Amino acid sequence: MKKIEAIIRRSKFEEVKEALHDADIQWFSYWDITGAGKEREDMVVRGQVFESSYIQRRMLSIVVRDQNLEKTIKAIMDASRTGELGDGKIFVSDIEETYRIRNGQKGADSLY
Amino acid sequence: MKKGIIATIVLTAVSILPVAAQEVVAKKVPYIDFGNTAWIIVATALVMFMTIPGLALFYGGLVRRKNVLNILMQCFIIMALISIEWVVIGYSMSFGSSHGFLAPFIGGFDWAFLRGIGINDVSPYFISQENARIPHILFILFQCMFAVITPALIIGAFAERIKFKGFVVFTLLWALFVYNPIAHWVWSSDGWLFKLGTLDFAGGTVVHINAGIAALVMAVMLGKRKDYRGHAIPPHNIPFVVMGAAFLWFGWYGFNAGSALAADGLSVSAFLVTHIAAATAALTWAIIDWIIERKSTLVGISTGAVAGLVAITPAAGFVDLTGALVIGAVVSIVCFFMVAVVKQKFGYDDSLDAFGVHGIGGVIGAILTGVFATPAVQAAYSGALYGNIHQLAIQLMAVSVTIVYSGGMTFVLYKVVEKFVGLRADKQEESVGLDETMHNEIAYTTID
Repeated sequence: MKKIEAIIRRSKFEEVKEALHDADIQWFSYWDITGAGKEREDMVVRGQVFESSYIQRRMLSIVVRDQNLEKTIKAIMDASRTGELGDGKIFVSDIEETYRIRNGQKGADSLY
Repeated sequence: MKKGIIATIVLTAVSILPVAAQEVVAKKVPYIDFGNTAWIIVATALVMFMTIPGLALFYGGLVRRKNVLNILMQCFIIMALISIEWVVIGYSMSFGSSHGFLAPFIGGFDWAFLRGIGINDVSPYFISQENARIPHILFILFQCMFAVITPALIIGAFAERIKFKGFVVFTLLWALFVYNPIAHWVWSSDGWLFKLGTLDFAGGTVVHINAGIAALVMAVMLGKRKDYRGHAIPPHNIPFVVMGAAFLWFGWYGFNAGSALAADGLSVSAFLVTHIAAATAALTWAIIDWIIERKSTLVGISTGAVAGLVAITPAAGFVDLTGALVIGAVVSIVCFFMVAVVKQKFGYDDSLDAFGVHGIGGVIGAILTGVFATPAVQAAYSGALYGNIHQLAIQLMAVSVTIVYSGGMTFVLYKVVEKFVGLRADKQEESVGLDETMHNEIAYTTID
């Protein structure tokens, strides 16, 4: 099993969610995240213009079985890409074990 | 039957007689007029509303999340502390009379604890209604709200980097030694600036220039915030800022129209120019925002409205619609420039632009009062535009005096409080945030 952590643009979230749904990936967590990166945004407060490095993004965390890894990554990438600086990143890591709390079941099948 | 009718007619005529006589002989003695009193009671509540929640939210939304409670607390505690200071001694110092050579500079202790003032006593102060007055107690309460909001304006200068204990001590001393004297000079009938003809309807000098200059001094003396990088730090809650500005605008009707101390034509005139100046200034700032950045901002339009309200404050009972339009437009342009350009150039950290908006706005308003005061509003007063250059000179003088005294005295108080109590929050306190370090509270939790 693998964990996919994807940092994507907030404006692309709905598209990514739909793409994941179409790829039959239904279960994941997400939250708002602020980061520092290469991208700079112009902020204006009371007439003062300055560069802000408060970059707002959304992070998704999905745990999938090994056979679904490629299609999940493809779904996320295709849906969230704009080609501009700041599209985001995807990280993949290994998951050792998974449990379903309701009935104690463990193993890859407990993911669904 | 006939006797009955005659009797009725005669009795009715006789009962009307005293009333008719009363109307022929108009009241020549000051009395409590219920209509005026009702309005000023409401006006007093409106001005209270300006401090909490108005100013509290306006400033609170502009700071970072970790410091919002500290701002709210400063406003709330000022309401509590200075209200008491006012009735114990402040009113007596500001509007009372002392004897001897100090009389033009400060009042006495005759009215300490409001001693000797009965609940049915008539206010010694009035504007255009010489006889139809409000109760003395009401005048005291109305002025109390002004005494409360003035030190609250200063908090914008040292936001996010002041110790709470030092702030409380500083504020109390400031109220006693800066606000009360200046209020006496400008608004008491004994006051020397008043006697020289200074026009300040609702507090351009007494409130805004006073607080604004004190703010500049404090901002410079306390030094910059640790995280200040030469530009404003983004506000944590812009809806608060907007709400606060709206509450301020709403409450300002009491501040300015209430300063007529009556519900009459003058009061309504003040209401009109207050509203129009705010609207003009808000629109102007939105336009400048648009010209510079192609986008009108909420923080901008809120600030513009407040700037307009500040500037019209001294002028409210003296200028007409033309004056309101010009004052609103001018103050917005000048304050925008102060806040966006001058502050960065000089490098002082006036965190929430207490000087840039209230100080400079007050100066603009007080000076333009000397230009646009028109006898069409109050026959006894006119400004440079109506041939009375002298008034403009007086206004400039009063502005200068206020700046010098407020600045100098605030500097002295800073030194005293810094030495004996401590004012500047240290690096650790500033980093963690004042809410936690000064009040042990967190404004927004993500836990239940």
